[in-house]
Amino acid sequence: MSEIPGELKFLKSHEWVRIEDDGKTVTVGISDHAQELLGDLVYVELPEMGSDVKAGAGIAVVESVKAASDIYAPVSGTIVGINEMLNDKPETINEDAWGAGWIYKIEMSDKVELDDLLDADAYAELLESEDH
Amino acid sequence: MTDKTVLNATHRELGARMVDFGGWDMPISYGSQIDEHHAVRNDAGMFDVSHMTVVDLTGERTRDFLRHLVANNVDKLTKSGKALYTCMLNEEGGVIDDLIIYFLREDFFRLVVNAATRVKDLAWIEKQAVAFGVSVRERPEFSMIAVQGPNAREKVLGLLPEDTRELAGKLGKFAALEGEGPDGMPLFIARTGYTGEDGFEIVVPESRAVELWKALHAAGVAPAGLGARDTLRLEAGMNLYGQDMDETVSPWEAALAWTVSLDEGRDFIGRAALESQKAAGVPRVMVGLVLDEKGVLRHGQKVLTAQGEGEILSGTFAPTLNRAVAFARIPAGEPGDVRVDIRGREVPVRLVKFPFVRDGKPQPGIADA
Repeated sequence: MSEIPGELKFLKSHEWVRIEDDGKTVTVGISDHAQELLGDLVYVELPEMGSDVKAGAGIAVVESVKAASDIYAPVSGTIVGINEMLNDKPETINEDAWGAGWIYKIEMSDKVELDDLLDADAYAELLESEDH
Repeated sequence: MTDKTVLNATHRELGARMVDFGGWDMPISYGSQIDEHHAVRNDAGMFDVSHMTVVDLTGERTRDFLRHLVANNVDKLTKSGKALYTCMLNEEGGVIDDLIIYFLREDFFRLVVNAATRVKDLAWIEKQAVAFGVSVRERPEFSMIAVQGPNAREKVLGLLPEDTRELAGKLGKFAALEGEGPDGMPLFIARTGYTGEDGFEIVVPESRAVELWKALHAAGVAPAGLGARDTLRLEAGMNLYGQDMDETVSPWEAALAWTVSLDEGRDFIGRAALESQKAAGVPRVMVGLVLDEKGVLRHGQKVLTAQGEGEILSGTFAPTLNRAVAFARIPAGEPGDVRVDIRGREVPVRLVKFPFVRDGKPQPGIADA
């Protein structure tokens, strides 16, 4: 498994969150660990552009040959970007979960919610404990 | 306790992701299960199926016993080595297991039964065998490797010494022979499989299985896991015990009528129940479904038809078809427009004949829409 990028935040449900330079947008994907568990991805159901989402709500779905998995919103806000390439090439998530396989972008309505996310070390610990 | 096949360490060396499968620690995939699927459809792949149970039956009345034990008729087996796929039923006509029977000699037949049903199968077979004086012997000292794909036979044959190679090269479909492998290892080679492709299933003594696996790997046969095995067998229209049928389901309701032989005067277990179900009308049928839009059909999803609700038995994304397919059991009668409830959304599906894929090719009407 590839190393966990230190600048990212995480949900326990294996979504990663990157705070963009503008300070108000976050990009969300699933971790390399999550894609490995799911195996070959075959469909991604993206959220709708411009829709309002609440932290903790299931707003996207990734489906592998083996299983379907909800992708939760890490923060509340508005969807300002979706990775449409995933419609044709869902396997991009398998190939590059941390980068080209990003899923959607949210413009945050309440930055305080970021405090509830795990940092990279806490996420690494979570994976460690799940292995045992 | 989890059981391990003798190839367990070899799978781990190859980087396999291991899962519990009916109490066995087995590889689900070594990398991409879709790549493994395509390797079998287009070239050659191999599966460790050593968790399956080999049972040898011996005794003068073995054929008589099998006439009674299973729903298909072993009298179809006239040439040594020929194989028969059949169900073993309970008195109610429910499926205890599906299995393959190999005819070796009049006093020696070999069965291969499922791993998850091993204990109950052996108990049932032993109980029924008493009256026929047939001895039932499990062969846990055997491993089994399935080599499947359009180039599978050629790659296996290349590893065999000349005399076995010649015989195995001439082996007909659904037949087996005993011969020799690399470095004199004794092999039981059957031209059978669970992928819809040509190939061999090879029974080998446990002590030689790693050696055979490595020789096959070196010959260019790709290791493939249970994930690919499942998508391959479903595309090929083959049932999975426990998912597509079980003891509450008759062969009529599991699209297995072709394996039932209602030949004159043969009194097999479950026959009376099957005949009365047939006379009364079979209440449920197993059908093939194709989903042309996005999404994946999965086990347990509700199926809506004009005759009422059914459910998805086996469902998956089919890599050869690039869309989802499934088996479903639905009420008998004209089904009308069929829909599947995928996480609260009713999605239209097409009812199709299966196999979905045969000899590497999508069947007409499956992937055309």
